[in-house]
Amino acid sequence: MNEEIRKLYRTAYGLRKDAVDMVYHARTGHAAPCLSEADILTALYFHVMNLDPANPHWADRDRFVLSKGHASPLYYAVLARRGYFPPEDLMEYRGLNTKLQGHPDMKKCPGVDFTTGSLGNGLAGALGMALIGKKDKKDYRVFAVCGDGELDEGIIWEAATYAGNEHLGRLIVFVDNNGLQSGGAVEKIQDLGDIAARFEACKWHAQTIDGHDMEAILDAVAEAEKVTDKPSVIVAKTIKGKGVSFMEGQYLWHMKAPNDEQYAIACEELERKVKEYE
Amino acid sequence: MAAALRDVYGESLVKYGVPDEKVVVLDADLATSTKSVLFGNACPERFFDVGIAEADMVSMAAGFAASGFTPFINTFATFVASICAVSAKSLIAYSGLNVKLMGGNNGLTGGYDGSTHHGIDDINVMRGIPNMLVMSPSTPVMMDWMVKTLVQDHKGPAYVSVSRQGAGEVYEEGTSFTIGQAKTVREGTDATIIAYGLCVPRALQAAEKLAQEGINVRLVDMFTIKPIDRAAVISAAKETGAIITAEEHSVIGGVGTAVAEVLTEEGIAVPFKRVGIQDTFTQSGSYAQLVEIYGVGADGIAQAVRETVARK
Repeated sequence: MNEEIRKLYRTAYGLRKDAVDMVYHARTGHAAPCLSEADILTALYFHVMNLDPANPHWADRDRFVLSKGHASPLYYAVLARRGYFPPEDLMEYRGLNTKLQGHPDMKKCPGVDFTTGSLGNGLAGALGMALIGKKDKKDYRVFAVCGDGELDEGIIWEAATYAGNEHLGRLIVFVDNNGLQSGGAVEKIQDLGDIAARFEACKWHAQTIDGHDMEAILDAVAEAEKVTDKPSVIVAKTIKGKGVSFMEGQYLWHMKAPNDEQYAIACEELERKVKEYE
Repeated sequence: MAAALRDVYGESLVKYGVPDEKVVVLDADLATSTKSVLFGNACPERFFDVGIAEADMVSMAAGFAASGFTPFINTFATFVASICAVSAKSLIAYSGLNVKLMGGNNGLTGGYDGSTHHGIDDINVMRGIPNMLVMSPSTPVMMDWMVKTLVQDHKGPAYVSVSRQGAGEVYEEGTSFTIGQAKTVREGTDATIIAYGLCVPRALQAAEKLAQEGINVRLVDMFTIKPIDRAAVISAAKETGAIITAEEHSVIGGVGTAVAEVLTEEGIAVPFKRVGIQDTFTQSGSYAQLVEIYGVGADGIAQAVRETVARK
């Protein structure tokens, strides 16, 4: 493993720790959905995307939409550690008069490109941004992360169909395919079948990867970049709660804050992983 | 801790819905929040979790109703008033289908989830749809009655705005209510508070506090927001000379608007004030904090009464 990959893993586990800290301190929030998306967001924000945290509205920046907006703590941690605002502010999460609302708010939080919260709508927002990029002949890319549960929403497929027909090569969407939604297993509530094939039917380029393999994430983005006439979906097989033993694969941790004892275990486990990658 | 209305709702739906073979219950992956999960556990063959697909859920319910069943659909109030609104209007209300639209986490009760999950415009949206009965229960006793009535008596489209929380009981067990008839919770002569939902128990606290200051307030529970009880509004204005509406909803389009419509049409000019969310988006916070910040708690209601009575 080269140093860059090692550093990304280290960062990702540090961000997971931040997210768990935030949910623990707020005593409310979505911890487990953050832990599955951590490697993807880390790869994007700390390696892939062209950004200028000192100038969050830079016109040529790459855009990002967290369509699964409830998984905001990790997103906020990413933005803070990337320099959009001081990491000390993270403990404001879900407090009064905070920029760190329960769901991402583009008017309040520096670095947030698009407000989300009503599931399914983020992808269509990303589609709008990518269309403007195409119209204005811009080079910026638009990245989005969708949950697998929110693929239930009809608007996802309305947006996917349009994006495919528009040949939006600069739209790259990850599906955080952790297999669990609020009420249980995605497969049991609404079996989506072959997610990659569904996007392919909408004229997308599709890849399926291990969403906790940093090299695979970077390779998939590089592969997606090569396809200039189709939007890309990267179906990332992930584990809900990844990195915290008692949250892994447990849908009941979708929205729940750890108690003191659980928090101590989570910290210990995540800090150990950070050290492992030093 | 006062019983949460969502818990009462879930239990009542089991109590009255399970024995009725025609009742079907739908949810969109929020069953543990809305408490429709209780029905799902008790009667899985008549429970449908459609996933995160609210529009599909409501149009599907229209299909159930067209087949002679009584569907109760469940999601958060803000989503009923937005994602579900097309079907609620064009399919269910237009055709008079017997679908019960249950909007959970109403008002500010979504708390920490923030503005995207608060339901402060549901009454406004649903009130504007012809044929739609619009109600919101204030206490556990009324919640239970409402579910019973919707299962056993009422036929046709109905929207119910349900709180995730509870603020106490103001009715005796077994109190009877009538759809469209407001309930007077407390008599008074100096002003009338017209409220629904958790603003009713909170307004009662306000009224008791005001009584100590010598202000004697009538409290009317306008649990049927549409069709509104015009007679109750008119008599309140004529007999007490001042009206304060109170709701955990935008002041635009809720009971405040409905009462103002009646007063204006009747040509009754009395000091009048609307307590509610003042045409602003809300924010994350604990429910108790938000109730206070947006002025819809007992203190906010009491202050509005003082100001309004002073204008008499």
